[in-house]
Amino acid sequence: MSHLYIFLMFARIGIFSFGGGYAMLPLIFQSVQDFGVMSAEEFSNLVALSQVTPGAVAVNAATYVGFNYAGFWGALSATIGVALPSFMLIMIVSKFLEKFRESRIVDGVFLGIRPATVGLIAAGAIFIAETSLVNNPPFSMELINHFTQYVNLLPCGIFVCTIILVGKCKISPIKLLIMMGIVGAILCG
Amino acid sequence: MKMLVQLFVAFFKIGLFTFGGGLAMLPLLQGIMVEDKGWMTEEEMVDCVAVSQSMPGVIAVNAATYIGNSKKGVVGALAATIGVILPSFVIIILAVLFLGVIGDNQYINGAFTGIKAASCALILYAAWKLGKQVLRAKMDFAIAFIAFILIIALDVTALWVIIMGAVAGICLRGYRSKKLNRPKTPSTQEEKEKEDKAI
Repeated sequence: MSHLYIFLMFARIGIFSFGGGYAMLPLIFQSVQDFGVMSAEEFSNLVALSQVTPGAVAVNAATYVGFNYAGFWGALSATIGVALPSFMLIMIVSKFLEKFRESRIVDGVFLGIRPATVGLIAAGAIFIAETSLVNNPPFSMELINHFTQYVNLLPCGIFVCTIILVGKCKISPIKLLIMMGIVGAILCG
Repeated sequence: MKMLVQLFVAFFKIGLFTFGGGLAMLPLLQGIMVEDKGWMTEEEMVDCVAVSQSMPGVIAVNAATYIGNSKKGVVGALAATIGVILPSFVIIILAVLFLGVIGDNQYINGAFTGIKAASCALILYAAWKLGKQVLRAKMDFAIAFIAFILIIALDVTALWVIIMGAVAGICLRGYRSKKLNRPKTPSTQEEKEKEDKAI
């Protein structure tokens, strides 16, 4: 019974959350509070752990909650629960797109969402830059006067090196992430 | 069968080396799917991002399902999805069993400072590479710029930006076919259909 319970709890989260990862965490927190599965302190540990471990944040959180609540099978139920709505929805959307790919409307839709998505990706990079490259995100005139106080020099250096290494030397993203993780651990640690 | 194993392995790698989820996996996806394997074009990659960002649920699972399905149907989608989930699943269970509470370790924090800065650079580079393929007409640049500003300045969510892009695209498509039809009005139904296809 408890496995079904945790499966449904995470399926609900999977259906009703947009934006993935960090946008899902508040909804997960709400659910674990409502169902009394976990304390607030344990939840903060979950958030910390989901961030330092690889993979999708929502899957990390589901596995963690499920495992704490009902062991291995709980973890499996929660993870399948959070992934299943995504899987089914995308299958339906893909079939729909395949079927109507030739239609003028779908063609028009892609005509517009392709450039919009490029803008979206660039904006995503800016959001990450705000939390990793600068100390004080809100822009002001102060920022220009005390430039070095607001910019984290080391991450900026890593940023520039990564751009050069991926653009000029064509090093793969995986190798670069490992390299820069090690550089960060040595220099920032 | 070989393709299924390849899909699984590719997504396992992506799941293993993505930190932070969502867009952080894009550079890896693009590197493997578009550049290494040649399974997708840049346009298809952008379509995949649009669909997976605008649907509810786990973005990594959305993308894995989308790509897996386009390569090998339901079974492919399943192989890719299990691949992208498995590293998370195993690592979290191991971490809970053996680590307990993650303390404030300065080396881990330092590593994440480095990974985040690198990830930011890789996403920007991916945006530039995809943009080079996708943004062709002036109108494309305008839509991309508006989308960028809407998110950065007005905090509009990805879903709404993509819906607005879709509406703009439908209008643009209608406008373009109208413009093409105007100079010489097709006399027969057959000609009109031919022209529609050409567009």
